[in-house]
Amino acid sequence: MIDVLIILVKFVGAIVWFLVLSLYLTWAERKESAVMQDRVGANRANFFGIRVLGLFQPFADAIKMMTKEDFTPEFSKKFLHNLAPFLSFFFVAVTIATIPFGSPIQISGKEIPLQVVDLNVGILFVLAFLALSIYGVILSGWVSNNRWTLLGGLRGSAQLISYEVALGLSLIGIVMVFPSLQFSEIVGFQSEVLFGWLPKWGIFLQPLGFIIFLMAAMAESERVPFDLPEGESEIVGFFTEYGGLKYGLYMFTDFMKVLIISCLLTTLFFGGYHVPWLSAEGFHFPWGGEWLLPYWLVVVFQVIMFNLKVFFFCWLQILVRWTYPRFRYDQLMDFGWKFLIPLSLFNIAATAFFMSL
Amino acid sequence: MFRLFGYFIEIIRGILITARHFIVNMVFHILNLFGIKTKRKGAFTIQYPEQKTEIAERHRSLHRLMKREDGKPRCVACMLCETVCPSECIYIEATEDPDPEIQKYPSTFIIDLSRCCFCGFCVEACPEDAIRMDTGEVEFAQYNRKDMVLDLESLLNEPK
Ligand code: SF4
Ligand code: SF4
Repeated sequence: MIDVLIILVKFVGAIVWFLVLSLYLTWAERKESAVMQDRVGANRANFFGIRVLGLFQPFADAIKMMTKEDFTPEFSKKFLHNLAPFLSFFFVAVTIATIPFGSPIQISGKEIPLQVVDLNVGILFVLAFLALSIYGVILSGWVSNNRWTLLGGLRGSAQLISYEVALGLSLIGIVMVFPSLQFSEIVGFQSEVLFGWLPKWGIFLQPLGFIIFLMAAMAESERVPFDLPEGESEIVGFFTEYGGLKYGLYMFTDFMKVLIISCLLTTLFFGGYHVPWLSAEGFHFPWGGEWLLPYWLVVVFQVIMFNLKVFFFCWLQILVRWTYPRFRYDQLMDFGWKFLIPLSLFNIAATAFFMSL
Repeated sequence: MFRLFGYFIEIIRGILITARHFIVNMVFHILNLFGIKTKRKGAFTIQYPEQKTEIAERHRSLHRLMKREDGKPRCVACMLCETVCPSECIYIEATEDPDPEIQKYPSTFIIDLSRCCFCGFCVEACPEDAIRMDTGEVEFAQYNRKDMVLDLESLLNEPK
């Protein structure tokens, strides 16, 4: 009973963290793109005249979305039309359950890992559910009964096929060097150090795998360099027939994907919650220094570090989204099939070669 | 393969440029946030309704009709501005003036601002320097179209 309660509390905590950060990612995206382009960005939304850098903007957006008409076209299949956005949202939202946020904490003799569920097939679970979220896209494209949405949905599925393979193959390298599919174990392996000073992070063991995963994962999030299912300037996209909150849900799912990809990049390639040279007792610097800390402070450091790494990758993805123009459709497929997949196969071969030495 | 390599170099150069913009601007934003005055600002944005730019000297803004010393319009209703106007938004009705030196003056002079494209041709065409666009008034949006139509009376009494 108490175990179920603990899991429930952890799940609510993780989901709230996930949703609030995704909400503020919209603000971060606005502001970051503005700063990149020498602008100021949305700063007018206020609460009784208090502006604080436009931090209320996401709420203004949410209120706008809610008060808009929730339109279901006459010629669509009503039930599926309503179901599709929630499908996408749900499949992305549950993936947060597998991400470890920090070392296990002890409360009254009970060890509680800061992770909702520690699945022994964590990587496969996340990949599978991220891939399933494309069903929301395809479904919305199909049930809207509109040519453009159908094209958007088809493009979404074609893009998924060309990227999912590279995404999975790029992770095989990681699974080879950290022999596990369980996130907690992968993160555990990354707490060690190489040559006495370099943290044993995935990026140092798998630089090529990291690059492939980064590109494939950004294609997964369906944002600008790879936003073909949406393609706002040509087909408007799979959500053409959606309005109001359901449209907002699709937008929100995009930001959630950005966040979950940042979490994955952190967990798999950047040591998860590990702070360099910080072990359970405190810091052991490679130059000989030591700074011993109580265990709870170590956990706090780790959670902060995890968040900082996630923020960095969110920053990077927004930077990419506002820097590059879109791929053409055939270029994108070529890029997936003819470049990323051979490269990831090469990565697997190279990893195997180095490991057998 | 070689071309692809060049492509990647450019891709990375591109992201370095935008990242540089972000970091430089962010440094200035943070300095300004802590009240440190810098010569350069983090953004070029002008917060419009609160903060306005100087209007350039040779700007074109809301029209006005000039008056003679006795307060009558300087316009002689020659219709040149009506003819030249590309948006056809000027409408003039001429009346005879008792003064033989002047001969004509407009009894009606209407400019429909909702059609005007602010090209300034009317000002260029006028032989009497009777119409000018130098009021400096640029905020004249209205809630309905009728209010965008200016007649002789209001054109003569535009503030300068
Ligand atoms: S500014 Fe141009 S469009 Fe406007 S009234 Fe004069 S001539 Fe016509
Ligand atoms: S061109 Fe000048 S004088 Fe002639 S009608 Fe127009 S405002 Fe009057």
